[in-house]
Amino acid sequence: MTAATREILRVTDLKTHFPVRSRGLIPRVIGQVKAVDGISLSLNSSETLGLVGESGSGKTTAARSILRLIRPTAGSIELDGTQIANLSQAALRPIRRKAQMIFQDPYNALNPRHTVGGIISAPFRIQGVEPPGGVKAAVQELMERVGLNPEHYNRYPNEFSGGQRQRIGVARAIALRPMLIVCDEPVSALDVSIQAQIINLLKDLQEEFGIAYLFVAHDLAVVRQISHRVAVMYLGHIVETAPRATIYSAPLHPYTHSLLSAVPVPDPKIQLKRERIVLQGDVPSPIDPPSGCVFRTRCFQAQERCAAEVPQLIEVAPDHKVACHFPITVAEVTARARAAGKIEVPETEVPAPPVSGPHFVEPGPPHA
Amino acid sequence: MINMERAEGRAERSPDREFLSIENLGVTFNTEDGVVRAIDGVSLSLERGKTLAVVGESGSGKSVTAQAIMGLVKSQGGHVTGEIWLDGQELNRLAADEVQALRGSEMAMIFQDPMSSLHPFYRVGDQIVEAILAHRKIGKTAARKETLEMLKHVGIPAAERRIDAYPHQLSGGMRQRVMIGMALINSPQLLIADEPTTALDVTVQAQILDLISTLKQEFGTTVILITHDLGIVADVADQVAVMYGGRLVEVGQTSVIYDQPEMPYTLGLLSSIPRMDRELPKRLDPIRGNPPSPINLPPGCVFQPRCNYSDRVRDGACLSVRPELLPTAPDHLVRCHLPAEERRQISEEVRRILAGAVR
Repeated sequence: MTAATREILRVTDLKTHFPVRSRGLIPRVIGQVKAVDGISLSLNSSETLGLVGESGSGKTTAARSILRLIRPTAGSIELDGTQIANLSQAALRPIRRKAQMIFQDPYNALNPRHTVGGIISAPFRIQGVEPPGGVKAAVQELMERVGLNPEHYNRYPNEFSGGQRQRIGVARAIALRPMLIVCDEPVSALDVSIQAQIINLLKDLQEEFGIAYLFVAHDLAVVRQISHRVAVMYLGHIVETAPRATIYSAPLHPYTHSLLSAVPVPDPKIQLKRERIVLQGDVPSPIDPPSGCVFRTRCFQAQERCAAEVPQLIEVAPDHKVACHFPITVAEVTARARAAGKIEVPETEVPAPPVSGPHFVEPGPPHA
Repeated sequence: MINMERAEGRAERSPDREFLSIENLGVTFNTEDGVVRAIDGVSLSLERGKTLAVVGESGSGKSVTAQAIMGLVKSQGGHVTGEIWLDGQELNRLAADEVQALRGSEMAMIFQDPMSSLHPFYRVGDQIVEAILAHRKIGKTAARKETLEMLKHVGIPAAERRIDAYPHQLSGGMRQRVMIGMALINSPQLLIADEPTTALDVTVQAQILDLISTLKQEFGTTVILITHDLGIVADVADQVAVMYGGRLVEVGQTSVIYDQPEMPYTLGLLSSIPRMDRELPKRLDPIRGNPPSPINLPPGCVFQPRCNYSDRVRDGACLSVRPELLPTAPDHLVRCHLPAEERRQISEEVRRILAGAVR
C-alpha cells in the first residue's frame, strides 16, 4: 500500500430490506426479506476488501446497495466523504464517476448491439467527459491496458471469448479512473486459466491507479489471492472480519471454519487427509431468520444461549472482529474433527429456549 | 438399500472389454460456419465401479463426450463416429429407441443446472415416480414408496413433505439431491455427472461430492465426473482425463496427474488455480491467451498457441504436426511433441516452483 492511503468508503449499519407483499386485490406488506441487516465496513485506497459468503448471504445486495443500485433501507454510506445513502438519482450522477462496478456475467453485462468502442466509451459520454486526445484514443489506450487488441475497437461482444469480455468490462470500469470498483463475482463465470489472468489484471490496475476494490465472491481461494482484508457474511450479517492472513490462518467463527474446510485442495494426498466440517442444509430464509445468532441452525456448537441472544461483532484482536458467543480456534476445531473423523452438524435444530427472562450461560469449552 | 438385488443380478457380459470402453469417438456438427469437430479420436476405458474425471475448459469437448455416451448428440444434429461399449453393448450402433431404453436404467446423467433439468410444473416426487414407471412394471404406490426412500437416502430433510414440493420450492443443493436421486432410482450401472456442483456454493458442493462418493460405493455405480475444476476431483476420482480442443491431452491415475503431470496444459491448469494450502504467491501464473474456438483449430498441436515450451521442439513440429496421444509410463498417456525426458524436467521445475512453500 502506498503512503498516501486514505479512506474511500465507510459504510455504517447498512440495512436493505425488501418488503414481502400478500397476494390479492390490496396487497399488504406481510414481512421483510432482511437481505442486508446492519453491516458496517470501511475501505482505503489501494486496498481490497473481500466480501465472502454463500448464496443468500446478502453479499451481492450489500455490494449493490453500496453503489446505490438498490436503495438501502437504513444506514450510512460515505463515499470519499460524501454521504450518498439518501441522495437522489440526479444528485448521484456526478458521484458515480468515483465508483464503478464489474459484473459476474460478461455475457449479460455488455450490450450485444454496441461495439466494444461504444461500450468502453459509454462512461465518457454519460459523464460528459472529454478525455485529452479524444475518446477514440482514450478507449484504445484502455483496451491496450487491459490486454485487448485496440484494433478490435469496432467489433461486437459476441466476437470475444468470456475472458476477453470480462476485460471489456474492466476497461469500462476503469475508464473514468474511479477510486472504488465493486467487483461482483468477477471471475466465477470464467475458465480456471482465465480467472488467474483477470485476477492478475485487477491487481496490476490497483497498483497503477490506487483503486480500492470491494471484491464480492464465494470462492475463498480467489479472495485470498486478491484481498487485503476479508469480511464473511451470513444471512445479512457480517459474522467475522479480519486481515487476510488472520482469516485464513486463525479464524474464530464456526462459519468461517466450515467455509474454509469446504474449499477443495487440488492435491489428492492433502485432500484425503483433511479434517472437514460438513455443514448440513442451506442458508435459512432471510424472511424468517433464526432467533439469536443467525448461524445457529447450522452451527456445530450451537447452544441455548445462541438462540436467545444475538452475538455482537466484537473486536477480539486489532482489526479482527467476530460475532459469536463461542468462538473456536483452529487447534480446537482440528482436535474435534480428528476425534470424530469429521465434524457433522446435526440435522435437528437446537430448540429455542422458552422465552422467560434473560439467559445467562457462561461461555465454557465447547461440548464435543 | 434400494434395488440392491437388481444391481447385483446383472450378469457380466464382456470378459474381453472393460465395463466402459470408448474407442476412437468423434463428434462433428454441421454449422453455418462449416463442420465443427467437437471431439476427435477420444479413446477411454473405465473399470466397473471406478470414477473417471474428465477435466477441461469450455469448448474442450468434455460435455459433448458425455452427451455422446448418453446418445444425446444425434438428436442435436451431431454426427458420431467410433464405438462406445457399455457392459458389452455397443451404443453408437443402437437405434434411438434402444438407447432411450438404456437411458435412465443402465446409464443416467446429472446436469449442471438442476433448475432447468427438473420440470417446473410437476412435483419432484412425481417426476421421480415417472422415471421409475418408464423403465419398470411396478405399481404407483410402490414407486412412490421407493421415491420417498430414495429422497431420504440422498439426504433430503423432511422427505415426506418435500416429495410433494415443486422444484422452485427447493434450494439449489436440494434440487441437485433430487436430481441425483432421480438418476440413481433405477440403479444405473453408469452415472455421468456433468459439472454437478458448478452452480452450487462451496459448502453445498462439499455435501454433494460427499453424497456422490458415498452412493457410488453403496450402489457400485461407475461414475464419470465432468468438470472444469481440477480442485474438486482430487479426492473423488480414480482416473483423470484432461481434454483440450476436443482431444484428450493427458490421461492417467489421479495421483499421476497431480504428482507427475507431463502435458504443458495440465501443468498450466495446476499452476493457475489459487490454492489455499500453500503460501500466497505474489502473482498467479495463468496460461496465456484464450481457449481455441472449435471452428478454427490450429493446424499443429491444438495447445501450441498458449504453450510456453513449443519453441523447444525442433523443426517447429508443434506448428504443423498434430501430436499423438502416446504412453509415457504404464497407464499414463500424454499428447505432446516434447521428448519425455524434457517434459519430466519441465514438470519437475514447475512443481518445484508451485510447491515452493507447502504449508
